[in-house]
Amino acid sequence: MKCAGIDIGSRTIELVIVEGDQIIEQRQTNTGYDPIKESQHLLQDLSYDHIIATGYGRKLFEIYVDNAQTVTEIKAYARGVKQLFPDARTILDIGGQDSKAISLLENGKIKKFEMNDRCAAGTGKFLEVMAKALGFSIDQFGEEALKASKDLKINSMCTVFAESEVTSLIARGENRLEIARGLHASVAKRAVSMLKRISINRTIVFAGGVARNICMCHMLEELLAQEIKIPNDPQIVGALGAALLAGEQGNSRR
Amino acid sequence: MNNNYQSMWKNLGLDLNAHDALLQVLGKGYQDIFLAQNNRPEGMSYFDFVMSEVHGLRIKELMDEKDQGRKIVGSYCVFVPEELVLAANATLVGLCSGADFVMEEVEKLLPRNTCALIKSSFGFKLGKVCPYLESADMIVGENTCDGKKKAYETLNTLVKNLYVMDLPQVKSEQGKSLLKAEYDRFKNAMEKLTGVSITAESLKQAIQIVNAKRSAIHRLSALRKANPVPISGLDALLANQVFFYDNPARFTESVNKICDELEKRIEEKQGVFPENTPRILLSGCPMAVPNWKLPWIIETSGAVIVGEESCVGERGTRNLTDESGQTMDEMMKSIVNRYFKVDCAIFSPNPDRLNHISEMVETYKADGVIHYSLQFCQPYLMESIPVETALENKNIPVLRIETDYSMEDVGQLKTRVEAFVEQLT
Repeated sequence: MKCAGIDIGSRTIELVIVEGDQIIEQRQTNTGYDPIKESQHLLQDLSYDHIIATGYGRKLFEIYVDNAQTVTEIKAYARGVKQLFPDARTILDIGGQDSKAISLLENGKIKKFEMNDRCAAGTGKFLEVMAKALGFSIDQFGEEALKASKDLKINSMCTVFAESEVTSLIARGENRLEIARGLHASVAKRAVSMLKRISINRTIVFAGGVARNICMCHMLEELLAQEIKIPNDPQIVGALGAALLAGEQGNSRR
Repeated sequence: MNNNYQSMWKNLGLDLNAHDALLQVLGKGYQDIFLAQNNRPEGMSYFDFVMSEVHGLRIKELMDEKDQGRKIVGSYCVFVPEELVLAANATLVGLCSGADFVMEEVEKLLPRNTCALIKSSFGFKLGKVCPYLESADMIVGENTCDGKKKAYETLNTLVKNLYVMDLPQVKSEQGKSLLKAEYDRFKNAMEKLTGVSITAESLKQAIQIVNAKRSAIHRLSALRKANPVPISGLDALLANQVFFYDNPARFTESVNKICDELEKRIEEKQGVFPENTPRILLSGCPMAVPNWKLPWIIETSGAVIVGEESCVGERGTRNLTDESGQTMDEMMKSIVNRYFKVDCAIFSPNPDRLNHISEMVETYKADGVIHYSLQFCQPYLMESIPVETALENKNIPVLRIETDYSMEDVGQLKTRVEAFVEQLT
């Protein structure tokens, strides 16, 4: 039986197809302005028995695609992480538009979770806007920031205010790398306080698009004083979890 | 809406265009949130009617009462004792505070970081869209939280008939004496307003009327213990909201009628959602009409609300006034005792509320608690953390929500609530 999971996020869409617990297909695209069209494009010429959608676009997908079911990103990430790191009890997921800290029970079920509020503060979008303001590409932003020897304190967590703060720091002639590092530090601190609210337990897995940022990973490890695990492909965890859940629901239906 | 009401609204000084727009939004919201539900009890048709006429027929009734010389008293809080209002032959109504209106005007008078409920009460006044407020002969403000207390100073410049009631913040003997003194003062104010002397007889009757109304709600609440649940949380909340607007005797009769129907439903194991649907206790700030956002999100996310630990809910209605008193003094004492038990978060410390939440979780067999605070509502936001800790220590899952009346966070709230429901299953 082949099962698909699709994670329709604010910035990217990931698709994973599993057979049993083996990934046999994975695809990714940008969400753009028409997530359904992009999703259908991703699913082109693929066959599967069941599909579960997750991510902020899940409801729309459920309307447009026959027999699609949905789960929240929180449940999907929990399931995906359980597969990749069976020992993990704590998950940090920072995506394009929101961030979540999840703590798991022994059996992999969700014990508690925290989610950021309505704005983009402390998310991938925040880093993207700041990278642009400082003239970095998002892919090199983390690497460049890590080159700085100190971080310049950034006071605003709001994306809009922080951008003007960065502009005035540039105007004061501050070092661009240090500003970059300061921005990373502010996101990392926010993530750590969210993790502390759910109480950290054993292995921490960091997933979502922002986990590809090396400076974020480095700073989180420093602030938490422990190693954090990062999946090989941190962006597919939600889609993988959804695909595995689709398989489990398909099995229980028989 | 009936055109016959246009002249009535005009006479009340409402802004007819803005009011029409409000009624349209209200009607649409009611359609999408309430009428779209499945398996509703037939008795809800009464409440549907009340809501469709909430600014129409009910206001007409109030105007007729006024024509006969009866006074209308508007209130923003469950600490205003309806018994004393009724005993003075006046009518108490809850005032509008559940939706954003002319916020740009409101923010000229109130800081941005004021809670949505306070801002809303100003919005309804400044936008001239609340017929209850405009028909009231007296508006009672009460010193509960700092926000309301200070806002009344400004409201006093907008209305000509504001009466401010002081309230205790500590459950001590001194606190109780203050409440007693304030209720005595309020009793005199009511007599002065109406020209009617409150007698032992009229007060006794008023106590019975209000107790009957509360008892009907108790009966409704108890029926929600059943599995499957015979009535949605949204519909039960609506009954609790209408509690503040309707004619008391008619309300009591209608709630009891719906309870008869629900008893039959329970016998037949007929529920509004399937058996074993995850059960949520909602706890926190009051939800005034038309603030249905969070209950609607919860009940469209695969869960059912089995109780409201709220002023528009069990906190407001759970205690009855002792009916054994015969003299005026005895009855006034019973009223003070009754209201002094309300465990509003303005009290410090406030262990009763925490105990009541735990008790409600057990009584209504809730699987989890969603704690709801309005943004900038310090008393409930402050209490939400100890509430969460205490419940989690008892292995009761808790989701803390902080929101306002706007719809911009619905997507994120839906994800959080859905994930919480997944956590319970």
